[in-house]
Amino acid sequence: MFIIPFVWLLRSSLMDLSQIFTMPPEWIPKPFHWDNFHRALTTLPFGTFFTNTLIIVVSVLVGTVVTSSIAAFGFSRIQWKGRDAIFGILMSSMMLPAAVTLIPSFLGWKMLGFYDTYYPLIVPAYFGGGIFNIFLLRQFYLTIPRDFDEAAFVDGATYFQIYMRIIMPLSRSVLIVVSLFSFLGSWNDFMGPLIYVKSDSLFTLALGLQMFQGTYTAQWDLLMAASAAVVLPCVIVFLIGQRYFLEGITLTGLKG
Amino acid sequence: MRKGLFYGLLFTSPAILGFLIFTLGPMIASLVLSLTDYNVFREHTAFVGFDNYSKLFSGEDELFYKSLGVTFYFVLLRVPAVIFISFVIALLLNLNVRGRALFRTIIYLPSIVPAVASAMIWMWLLNPDLGLANSLLRWLHLPAGSWLYSEGSVIPSVVLTTLWGIGGTVIIFLAGLSGIPKQYYEAIEVDGGGWYSKLRHITIPMVTPTIFFNTIMTIIGSFQVFNEAYILTQGGPNNKSLFFVFYLWRTGFRDTEMGYASALAWVLFIIILFFTLIVFKTSKSWVHYEGGERT
Repeated sequence: MFIIPFVWLLRSSLMDLSQIFTMPPEWIPKPFHWDNFHRALTTLPFGTFFTNTLIIVVSVLVGTVVTSSIAAFGFSRIQWKGRDAIFGILMSSMMLPAAVTLIPSFLGWKMLGFYDTYYPLIVPAYFGGGIFNIFLLRQFYLTIPRDFDEAAFVDGATYFQIYMRIIMPLSRSVLIVVSLFSFLGSWNDFMGPLIYVKSDSLFTLALGLQMFQGTYTAQWDLLMAASAAVVLPCVIVFLIGQRYFLEGITLTGLKG
Repeated sequence: MRKGLFYGLLFTSPAILGFLIFTLGPMIASLVLSLTDYNVFREHTAFVGFDNYSKLFSGEDELFYKSLGVTFYFVLLRVPAVIFISFVIALLLNLNVRGRALFRTIIYLPSIVPAVASAMIWMWLLNPDLGLANSLLRWLHLPAGSWLYSEGSVIPSVVLTTLWGIGGTVIIFLAGLSGIPKQYYEAIEVDGGGWYSKLRHITIPMVTPTIFFNTIMTIIGSFQVFNEAYILTQGGPNNKSLFFVFYLWRTGFRDTEMGYASALAWVLFIIILFFTLIVFKTSKSWVHYEGGERT
């Protein structure tokens, strides 16, 4: 059930139109039409879309990892008045539907002259990187013994040094989890680019694929090849990081 | 510790600023906008009080009730399906079988597929003439369906396509299951209980906090479905899949009635808040925390 759509996608992306529609369906392409990929990816400027997507994904990733880990440090390893109350307020904002902030945010970015740029998609990641990521990291930081900090303090270390030298090196696996979430989130984002990006030359893969679908409705072989090309990088990144990913979710205390 | 407040605020300031700029500010702005008739192409914007809201609820806007109905139907169908199926899959994956890691990966994989790509795969699998789904049904001599193309089956079909991305929920269930101490099961074995007693008296009670978490998250997510509506159906046929957020997007960005769309957004917020609170309230009677109350 879970794998069949993948197999179907892959086999269709390598067939010519007549074989795709053979009844009963065939599972093995004969011959393999590798040129489908070439044709699909050159019909539209998918190379540009790919670069665009990569620019957004990398920028978002950096912002998310840096600011969410700094914030999580402040919410877990430093004692200060009002800390838990503020964290609670931030947490409750997770229940707010994105639709509520959608229109004012759009108008705000437009007023600042940033409509049809990537700023609306990237900048928010540099302001906390998403409360869910802060939550994951905070849960993890809370499991690190406090003695580490105390000892460092006695040696005259500052909070920033503790964050850089003690906490960060210990949280490699959970940082990988946050990076993967961030990567997949912005690689797969559809509504964001749909609203903020107008010029074809700034399109992301998700928008390009959607445009492709509208234009080449009947070209199923090319549609499937293009889809496969968009799915593949996600699958590869996931397979590389999946050991951390699946275990990271388990260990960061999502047990309720 | 030393200067805790200063450093605490310093480290958390990006997140706090982000909350103020990208959440609280827009929230207030959205509330104000919802009380105006703001339209990108209208010269003057007037403060109209609760006119937008009364227009919504008076029945003047048929599509509002229609999209609410569509969304409720979807949530009602999807939430139990997601919770039940992902729980069963998690139970199976939790058994000590060979290749567990591989299965886990396979189950999770679909949920990382971009919405546009997964929508395209499903549009084709469910294509009435050429799709795999109907080929299989015909092969089994069962009546073929029209899936996304008929008024009656469009919502169940969209639910079906979203079930493919159930992996995240399964993983969280697995995390919950792995936290159950083994001694509890051994105690049941000593008493001569089988798998059913284990499930009934240990697994289910112990996993209720996870069921609770997953239910809340699935409800919140289901009310906000957009990508599927936009890519798979565009609200059709005959508005039978006019999902609320899709209708909101259309009102705000295609018809540029942004004041009115803001009112729609607030209605959605209140609805989600209402259902989340209901689940929270009822949770006291069915969610069990080990070692007393925990939130």
